Amino acid sequence: MSTPTLKQRPVNEFSRILGIGAYRPEIIVTNDDVCQWIDSSDEWIRQRTGIVTRHRAPKDVSVIEMAVAAGAEALANAGIEASQLGAVIVSTVTHPYATPSAAALITEKLGATPAPAYDVSAACAGYCYGVAQGDALVRSGAADYVLVIGAEKLSDVINNHERTISFLLGDGAGAVVIGPADEPGVGPSVWGSDGSKWDAIGMTHSMLDVKDFSQSAMKSESVLDAAAAGEMQSSLWPTLRQDGQTVFRWAVWEMAKVAKQALEAAGITAEDLGAFVPHQANMRIIDEMVKQLKLPESVIVGRDIAEAGNTSAASIPLATHRLLQENPELSGKYSLQIGFGAGLVFGAQVVRLP
Amino acid sequence: MASNEEILAGLAEIVNEETGLAPEAVELDKSFTDDLDIDSISMMTIVVNAEEKFGVRIPDEEVKNLKTVGDAVSFIAGAQA
Repeated sequence: MSTPTLKQRPVNEFSRILGIGAYRPEIIVTNDDVCQWIDSSDEWIRQRTGIVTRHRAPKDVSVIEMAVAAGAEALANAGIEASQLGAVIVSTVTHPYATPSAAALITEKLGATPAPAYDVSAACAGYCYGVAQGDALVRSGAADYVLVIGAEKLSDVINNHERTISFLLGDGAGAVVIGPADEPGVGPSVWGSDGSKWDAIGMTHSMLDVKDFSQSAMKSESVLDAAAAGEMQSSLWPTLRQDGQTVFRWAVWEMAKVAKQALEAAGITAEDLGAFVPHQANMRIIDEMVKQLKLPESVIVGRDIAEAGNTSAASIPLATHRLLQENPELSGKYSLQIGFGAGLVFGAQVVRLP
Repeated sequence: MASNEEILAGLAEIVNEETGLAPEAVELDKSFTDDLDIDSISMMTIVVNAEEKFGVRIPDEEVKNLKTVGDAVSFIAGAQA
């Protein structure tokens, strides 16, 4: 008996971003607000970070709601029905359940069930990781249309009195739809990791520390002890911290190299770019990267951080969304995007803007 | 290999480019933070530019020990040796 030949899905030769969406939560936190919590000033924060405000979501708005809002706009902008989605990829580090995924619920709320849905944990590189995968899924034929979402409610995992990172962070969501195209619209992704710097950015401690503590508090018989234990437990909630100087150095000088590789891999030069949208970590990092990359003045640089703060996986699509609103002529032009963050992880690619 | 005077002059040039401070203000006994008002981010930029200019490696954990311009000159001179 002869072995039958397997069928494989036909590939799509090219892919591109077809539409983009964004969600910015309503609470605006100013630098003066921040200075109630840390000893600083509006001037100091602007000068060191370029941040003027950041958005934060109210208690009843979760990562899921923000992601659904951004995803729905991206679908509408792309002219794609939720039912056409072949996969939903959600990059987030602030979905507060280890399982089930944020993506499965977001997919259901968008009306895209039974599309395959999964979360990506790649922090501030998460959106670029998602685009790398979306591009691969579309071109391989595994999915015709892929929704890539970056969504973060970082305000749940900060300590307002902490000085290394909390005051930089904001909440928000951004999304794109990637689909088949007649010509190349997503350049090769240059992506990777460096776990030797695993400690450079991350949580103050493990969830297991919280578990151990709450178990010992439950055994306590004294009401007073239990109250004190409750207070201590809330201070045990893991929050973000970073080694700012190490991260700054890595972000600027190592990431400028990665950005150059992404340009080379795409076969274009800085002169061919319409926009440069790096992860919105710190305006000083953005300025220094622009310098390292020797970008011509004609390239419009995403500087959404001034208004939105650092929103981790959401920052690149949010900044891109703003650029397209403010500069509609960028539509169809090339944008170099690069995400980098906790892991450490990084991802970059040139995309044709929707 | 650069002499201490050359290292100081080179550092002064780097500091000038990053901060706009006059090169002659960059003296051996000056503290980067207290006297020259250089913040941690600018310090990292200066460190990376110094690495490139003098062909040395200045590890992150060493940067906090470089309190004065003289500390930086000594470290670079030692690292070149």
